[in-house]
Amino acid sequence: MSAMHASPRKPAEPWNDPAAVPYIRLREVSKAFGPVNAVDRISLDIHRGEFFSLLGPSGCGKTTLLRLLAGFETPTGGVIEIDGTDMSAVPAHRRPVNMMFQSYALFPHMSVAQNIAFGLKQDRLPKADIATRVDEMLGLVQLAKLGDRKPHQLSGGQRQRVALARALAKRPKLLLLDEPLAALDKRLREQTQFELMAVQERLGITFVIVTHDQEEAMTMSSRIAVMDAGHIRQVAPPAEVYEFPNSRYVATFIGDANIFEGRVERAASDSVTIHSAEAGRLFVDRSVASPVDATVWVAVRPEKIAIAAEPPADASVNCVEGTVFDIGYLGDMSIFHVALAGGRRVRVAQANRYRLVDRAITWSDRVWLTWPPGAGVVLLT
Amino acid sequence: MKPGFSATTVLVLTFGFAFLYLPILILVVFSFNESKLVTVWAGFSLKWYGELMRNEGLKDAAWVTIRVALLSATLATILGTLGGLLLSRFINFRGRLLFSALIYAPLIMPEVITGLSQLLLFVALDWARGYWTLVIAHTTFCMAFVAVIVQSRLAGFDRALEEAAMDLGATPAKTFFVITLPIIAPALVSGWLLAFTLSLDDLVISSFTSGPGATTLPMKIYSQVRLGVTPEINAVSTILIAFVTLGVIAATIVQKRQLVLRAREARAD
Repeated sequence: MSAMHASPRKPAEPWNDPAAVPYIRLREVSKAFGPVNAVDRISLDIHRGEFFSLLGPSGCGKTTLLRLLAGFETPTGGVIEIDGTDMSAVPAHRRPVNMMFQSYALFPHMSVAQNIAFGLKQDRLPKADIATRVDEMLGLVQLAKLGDRKPHQLSGGQRQRVALARALAKRPKLLLLDEPLAALDKRLREQTQFELMAVQERLGITFVIVTHDQEEAMTMSSRIAVMDAGHIRQVAPPAEVYEFPNSRYVATFIGDANIFEGRVERAASDSVTIHSAEAGRLFVDRSVASPVDATVWVAVRPEKIAIAAEPPADASVNCVEGTVFDIGYLGDMSIFHVALAGGRRVRVAQANRYRLVDRAITWSDRVWLTWPPGAGVVLLT
Repeated sequence: MKPGFSATTVLVLTFGFAFLYLPILILVVFSFNESKLVTVWAGFSLKWYGELMRNEGLKDAAWVTIRVALLSATLATILGTLGGLLLSRFINFRGRLLFSALIYAPLIMPEVITGLSQLLLFVALDWARGYWTLVIAHTTFCMAFVAVIVQSRLAGFDRALEEAAMDLGATPAKTFFVITLPIIAPALVSGWLLAFTLSLDDLVISSFTSGPGATTLPMKIYSQVRLGVTPEINAVSTILIAFVTLGVIAATIVQKRQLVLRAREARAD
């Protein structure tokens, strides 16, 4: 697939445009399995051409949500609309949707070409057209010479491509991908991520992908929905989810975060001051919808914290003092675990910009951690 | 000799196999005996096989047996497949336990009971006993075996295959015939072969459920033996053994190949 030249990603943001008509609309959609709500009153809009990720731990309902879109599950409540049509009465085999399965689900008794042709045959396309399209798809996934092979004669990566080709053969407007890269090893997975993005941009198809791998979601998505126990906790572009998580759950699920509990001391129109028992006075340069004295949490990402062996000029806000408890050397960066006076640990990540022979800061050193007003995020839940 | 094969195990094995197969071997050998006496060897001959060809009674019985076996194996495969599908696909329905117990009951039910109860049923319904009652009775008990085989194959079946077919636009019915059936076909073939051999050599249930004009080969052999064993019976038994053996071997090969295929698929995963 490297032959494809991806155009630069356009930062179109239809979700911010009130006039935009979403391609997929979910309204109060629920799915109960016995007493358990796998999906609990989820409302969500997905726009045409998006690369939309459903991200969450296993059992959060993301796969159920995908299967509801595909039509393999019937919602116990709510409405699913695709392209303006209510999907309630539309069975899976009539939906304008194709799916790529986690197990790939290649038909073992058919060759690669027959697998790809399967969907086209169901549409009763002329034989010549089917052959042309199959060749085109085999070319797209760079398997032109393997059309006659059976699935069990292929490697894992090749099967993944056949599954993709088969799902794309009918030129669906919406492709659902269930953990499409989970079965690949790390190197192949990273390469395939970019290939998937290139295919998506080239064909202009809307992708909805289920993944538990946050890096994967961050790399590929236009937007991410972070799910937890049948609910969507936050829907936003990757950078926003990372920089402005809306809850402690999202802050800790995506990336790493130090979370300090505190009380609002002063709430201004453009900033907020919080007093924390474990971290002193915290200042964040964004307003917050929370009254004075309310309990809130401040999340600070490890890489946004500076570590120094000397106290800073102004140690009254956004500054904690502690002792280096542990250091993890990762090559490109080092992770410092700093124990505060109260016993609380704080993680600090520092890029190793110079070759590390003699550390400036080492075990048991007394250190001061500081961060700018723009580093912290105030979380209400 | 491999380590572990002590003199005792060899002895036990020899006696075991001799106990199981020596009688059959003797039966086969004496079917080629020249003499009319079943216990005295008088030289090799195929004359009893020739005699068999002229025995209309035995030939009729053989023909009935094969027709019953072919039809009941086919019916049992269809019904058994449906039963196996139902059991493996519909996990929760009222009376599932009862249903599975009912399907598997013929496997453990004494044949005499099965045969007798079917006889009583046919009598109550006032059906003339003959070819069709035989087919019904054989289908009933063979079905259970097919259901077991199909269900075990479906237990390892990736449902995503069917979902993928429907996702690509195939109706549920088409999905069953184009995806499910070809993939479980080996189980159906081995189920059919097993049903065929079971029907071929059944005596007890056949005795209860057949009537005049529909005598199967095992029934014929059994009744003739009561009048004294002739080398002719040895010959017909040999042919029957050959049939059953071929059936069992074929079923085993089909299942083995399926196992190998599945192992290969699993390895490629």
